[in-house]
Amino acid sequence: MQIVIAVGLLVAVLGFAVARPAGLPEAVAAVPAAALAVLAGLVPLGAAWRDVVELAPTVGFLAAVLLLAHLADAHGVFRYAAAVAARAGAGRPVRLLGAVFAVAASVTAVLSLDATVVLLTPVVFATAARLEVRARPHVYACTHLANSASLLLPVSNLTNLLAFAASGLGFAAFAGLMALPWLAVLAVEWVVFRLFFAADLTVPAGPAPPLSARPPRYALAVLGLTVLGFPFAEPLGVHPALVAAAGALLLAVPRVRRVPKEAVSLLRELDPAFCAFVFALSVVVLAVRRHGLDALAAAWTPARATFAGLLLTAFLAALLSNVINNVPATLVLVPAAAHSPGLLLAVLIGVNVGPNLTYVGSLATLLWRQILHRHDAAPSTREFLALGALSVPACLLAGVAALWAVLEMSGVS
Amino acid sequence: MKVMVWLAEGTWHAAVDAARSHAPAGAEVVLLHVVDPALAAGIGAAHAGLLGRGRHRPDPVAAAGAAAETAERELLDAAAARLGRPAARLLLRGRAEREVTAACADADLLVVVRDGDRARLGPKSLAPPTRFVVDHAACPVLLVWPGQAPGVGTIAPPPPHHRPGPPPPKG
Repeated sequence: MQIVIAVGLLVAVLGFAVARPAGLPEAVAAVPAAALAVLAGLVPLGAAWRDVVELAPTVGFLAAVLLLAHLADAHGVFRYAAAVAARAGAGRPVRLLGAVFAVAASVTAVLSLDATVVLLTPVVFATAARLEVRARPHVYACTHLANSASLLLPVSNLTNLLAFAASGLGFAAFAGLMALPWLAVLAVEWVVFRLFFAADLTVPAGPAPPLSARPPRYALAVLGLTVLGFPFAEPLGVHPALVAAAGALLLAVPRVRRVPKEAVSLLRELDPAFCAFVFALSVVVLAVRRHGLDALAAAWTPARATFAGLLLTAFLAALLSNVINNVPATLVLVPAAAHSPGLLLAVLIGVNVGPNLTYVGSLATLLWRQILHRHDAAPSTREFLALGALSVPACLLAGVAALWAVLEMSGVS
Repeated sequence: MKVMVWLAEGTWHAAVDAARSHAPAGAEVVLLHVVDPALAAGIGAAHAGLLGRGRHRPDPVAAAGAAAETAERELLDAAAARLGRPAARLLLRGRAEREVTAACADADLLVVVRDGDRARLGPKSLAPPTRFVVDHAACPVLLVWPGQAPGVGTIAPPPPHHRPGPPPPKG
């Protein structure tokens, strides 16, 4: 009976997040559901509290990275990056795509997939339109790499942050193990894009507009120091979240000094409603885990980080993240794979690359959007789905093969 | 006489130039441009995958749509200036090949520019949407190269089994 209630709560929370009645934030359903899970005795209060306390640094880390990305945007970093890409690719669409790949992969790795989706993609779209170039390959490159290029650093994706906390790996070790899989996935995406958009990429791009944006030197320097700070501060006992917060502070000071009112909008960028949602979702997932899901996940997840084990784990994670979105999928799978860093990283390859298959995050969201659009002319989704079907299996295979090679070489499993 | 000129990013100059050369003096010229809303919707779809993060920001679909409309207006202004004669404008939304084919049903001429492989003469010089328009248009189509057409020598040699063999022996 308890498992039925727990699963019911999780389905309600995820269903609310997909449908979002009256545009209410996801936390509106998740927080009461978490409270119910505790009141109904599905999760003892102590265990729920421990879960929240353990999750706090991760959620704080996420909030700091979201703020860092917003401030980088406010300093003009994304406008500048797009202008540099436009100049590098002037007149040559393949080179422009290469530059967009480089920018999107770097922004995703350093400032998380949110920055690429929310902040970079619109700038790339506008740049492509201004260059009179066919925008499709470049815009799709941003939305695709936001997922598939988020393997490199713990900060690149919320899923990574969740697994990073459980992995026991250091920041530098995580990046070291994931660098080759990241490059392998990028290489596969490049080949798929070149083939898929071959026709669009033969049409010459117009001449680049003059590079009007001045390089935001201060912001670029702070971002550079922040990235270097992650691996160097950790051995000194400084949590990477604090490094991200320090970077955000350094970027915030000059802006708030000029316009003090901006301090209020910075609080909004911390996205407190989403942070509350993550805490609550984690408690609801814990309720399901305690009543059978952990056993199920453990039975389904391979025990050892062999090549077959890694591949199976990655495909399982990709599948699950397409059914229920990758954040809850990560919360479900991380405990089952936590005994092996290799398997944990394979989970991340799956939950990060996988969402490109349904491109809206999950099958539920995809179906819901189809229902919403059933009375009007819904924009065609065929192209996204075809691109995902081509790239995701190949990216998973390449990423896992690279991970397996790195694990074999480094002796980690 | 109604001459439709299909303008697309990167190749519209050639379409306008062809219209200048080939549209008769009294013809009605219509500059045609298509924006596919699927691309802006794709940006919105990527947001949906974030599970609520970044929702307090302005609507990305609307912003992308506005950017596309600004770019479209600039493209049509530049095309009208290059054409140098009065022309109507037709702005369409949807899949380019379907929209163009439907719009030119009652036209007397449609100007289309090749937009595929420009290194050699052949079927690959048409991207799939352009191929669709050429295959399905109900009106005469004027198909032009953007810039200089490649030489006749770029045509691939015929495959061996298509070469005419020696004449069969008589008797």
